[in-house]
Amino acid sequence: MTQAAPLVALVGNPNAGKSALFNALTGARQKVGNYPGVTVERHSGRIALEDGRPVELVDLPGAYSLDPSSPDERVTRDVVTGRSSFERVPDAMVVVVDAANLDNHLRFALQLIALGRPVVVALNMVDLAERDGLVLDPAVLARELGVPVVPTVAVRKRGLDDLRHQLTAALGAAPPPAPVQDQPDEPLSTLQRRARAIAKAAIVSETPARRWAHWLDAVALHPVVGPLLLVSLLFVMFQAVFTWATVPADMIDAGFKALEGWIASHAPDGFLRSLVTDGLIAGVGAVIVFLPQILILFLFILVLESSGYMVRAAFLMDRLMATVGLSGRAFIPLLSSFACAVPGIMATRTIEDEKDRLTTILIAPLMTCSARWPVYTLIIGAMIPNTPVLPFVRLQGLVMFGLLIIGIAGAYVAALVLRRTVTKGASSGFMMEMPKYQWPRIQDIAIGLWSRALIFLKRAGTIIAATTVVLWLLLSFPKPPEGSGISPVDYSIAGRIGRGIEVVVKPIGFNRDIALALLPAMAAREVAVSAIGTVYAIDNTDGAAGQEALSDRLRGRWSLPTALAFLMWFVFAPQCISTIAVTRRETNGWKWPLFMVGYLFAAAYIMAGITYWLAVAVGL
Amino acid sequence: MASDCLATFPRRRNATVSTIDWTRLAPPEARRLRELGFDEGVEVQVLHRATLGGGPIACRIGRMTVALRRAVAASIHVAPIAG
Repeated sequence: MTQAAPLVALVGNPNAGKSALFNALTGARQKVGNYPGVTVERHSGRIALEDGRPVELVDLPGAYSLDPSSPDERVTRDVVTGRSSFERVPDAMVVVVDAANLDNHLRFALQLIALGRPVVVALNMVDLAERDGLVLDPAVLARELGVPVVPTVAVRKRGLDDLRHQLTAALGAAPPPAPVQDQPDEPLSTLQRRARAIAKAAIVSETPARRWAHWLDAVALHPVVGPLLLVSLLFVMFQAVFTWATVPADMIDAGFKALEGWIASHAPDGFLRSLVTDGLIAGVGAVIVFLPQILILFLFILVLESSGYMVRAAFLMDRLMATVGLSGRAFIPLLSSFACAVPGIMATRTIEDEKDRLTTILIAPLMTCSARWPVYTLIIGAMIPNTPVLPFVRLQGLVMFGLLIIGIAGAYVAALVLRRTVTKGASSGFMMEMPKYQWPRIQDIAIGLWSRALIFLKRAGTIIAATTVVLWLLLSFPKPPEGSGISPVDYSIAGRIGRGIEVVVKPIGFNRDIALALLPAMAAREVAVSAIGTVYAIDNTDGAAGQEALSDRLRGRWSLPTALAFLMWFVFAPQCISTIAVTRRETNGWKWPLFMVGYLFAAAYIMAGITYWLAVAVGL
Repeated sequence: MASDCLATFPRRRNATVSTIDWTRLAPPEARRLRELGFDEGVEVQVLHRATLGGGPIACRIGRMTVALRRAVAASIHVAPIAG
């Protein structure tokens, strides 16, 4: 078992360009997994040494020191000190430091070198440092640190061969991994002073930092212009999600319709064909249509993150977030939650304060995630007239926007209440390094989008496909006796379950169709759309299923107050197995996910009820 | 002692950290502050203050820009550098 490829860990401060170096070394040959229990993503990949030997490279989360203050820093500490139960002791480490930020990054490098394992230092982003007027002598640095130092520019793939060369040498000379050593207990301030002295020695010449970054920050962080810029960016982002996606979404839709038609004309009519076309293809297709929107949203988020702007946005939002007891840091996961709460909740692991993090996780499902759009689009399209309200503003768009705002307002109130009750605690701080501005790398963005697309398609292909098929079966059996006149849906197993749920939701204006859709929608919200479609398809076998037919049927069977209550329900209801599962993993137990489900269902029930009663009272 | 602190120090003027009230900070805050390079004798400059009224500040330390809340900045005492 010692025949496994040597393990090399990539370690460094946040913002040292570690992930870019990892992407440059491994290219697309990388695997993204999870460290059990903590949901810290584990990025690993294989690279070949100079002599052709394979090496497993693992990209550890960025950390400031061996004294962890967040779950991902803990993973890094555990792995490099050999305490991790999920990772072998690395045979060597590549310590990545930002050339332009040496005095800070060297402190962590010194701690890592002191662990006594073979180390190669990658002096990364030397090009940016030089542009910044900073010239360094790697030889001096190597002499002072006592380990090889390789200047690299990860984004331009410079220095990679040299890095491989040094790594080959380090691994060749390496004794088997040393037994676990206790981390050296040198106080931070001593280390810091040593780091500063070494950095000073390695600097050949230095001129003041560049002007343009200051100029950018003067705009982005301006007390008045900054927030305006942020709001405009968010506006453009949401606008783009809805306008750019139409063409590819229509193409996907047409593709599924064509596939359905092809099967219909080539397979014999019957139970199996109906299951595949009405159940599987219609259900999964209704969800995959939203892939372009999700990718556009993630594109914006990835660009904002990798350009360095996201932390500026957090800076601007800190004051507002502080009013509900959160910090600007929570803004980043909450913004991601507009695409999907799952990566949003995972992104909370960078929040150090436990209470702060928990509150953010609990309110993240209130952000209008992309799974709600199919539901909103269908119901609004069918039930709300698209009359102009103001110039450029139509009623349908206004209702959509209103639902988004209600979600944010709900999250605001929830955070306010939670921070004073269940997640009570001292107000957490906000202390963050602002990364340098840089052009986002197309390769890194592409890798990010690709992995999100895969996750989404996997979800559509597994959870959503399975739920749709199960619902279809439950709706189809048992068949009502011939000539009894009973609707097949009412007679089926699902119909009977639906009647049970209907008793509970009738007071808030929900009908049988909604009751039937709520249960499968627990798997994922968007299933509600295909579920209602399936109900009508089975109920009315002669009509063709499809968006138009579906919205026509809705108009005939739903009242406006019912539709509004249904929309309001979806603003709050925690109908998503993946979110519940990721909350369980992130909080290490069932207590918080159950609490989240409970409070959100209660809110959904009350808010939908109020909406229904108000709508009925004003005579809608 | 009418020493200036980082929370109120004028923008874009060089200063040295004279003392830091470590005891006024929560231990994790103090540690993170050290990790970001704050220490007695280090040069800093206030770059930006967020929204009027109590938002965080951004300051330059070494070649880094760091965001801090004002409460933390208030425990970092600084002395102006001539020029």
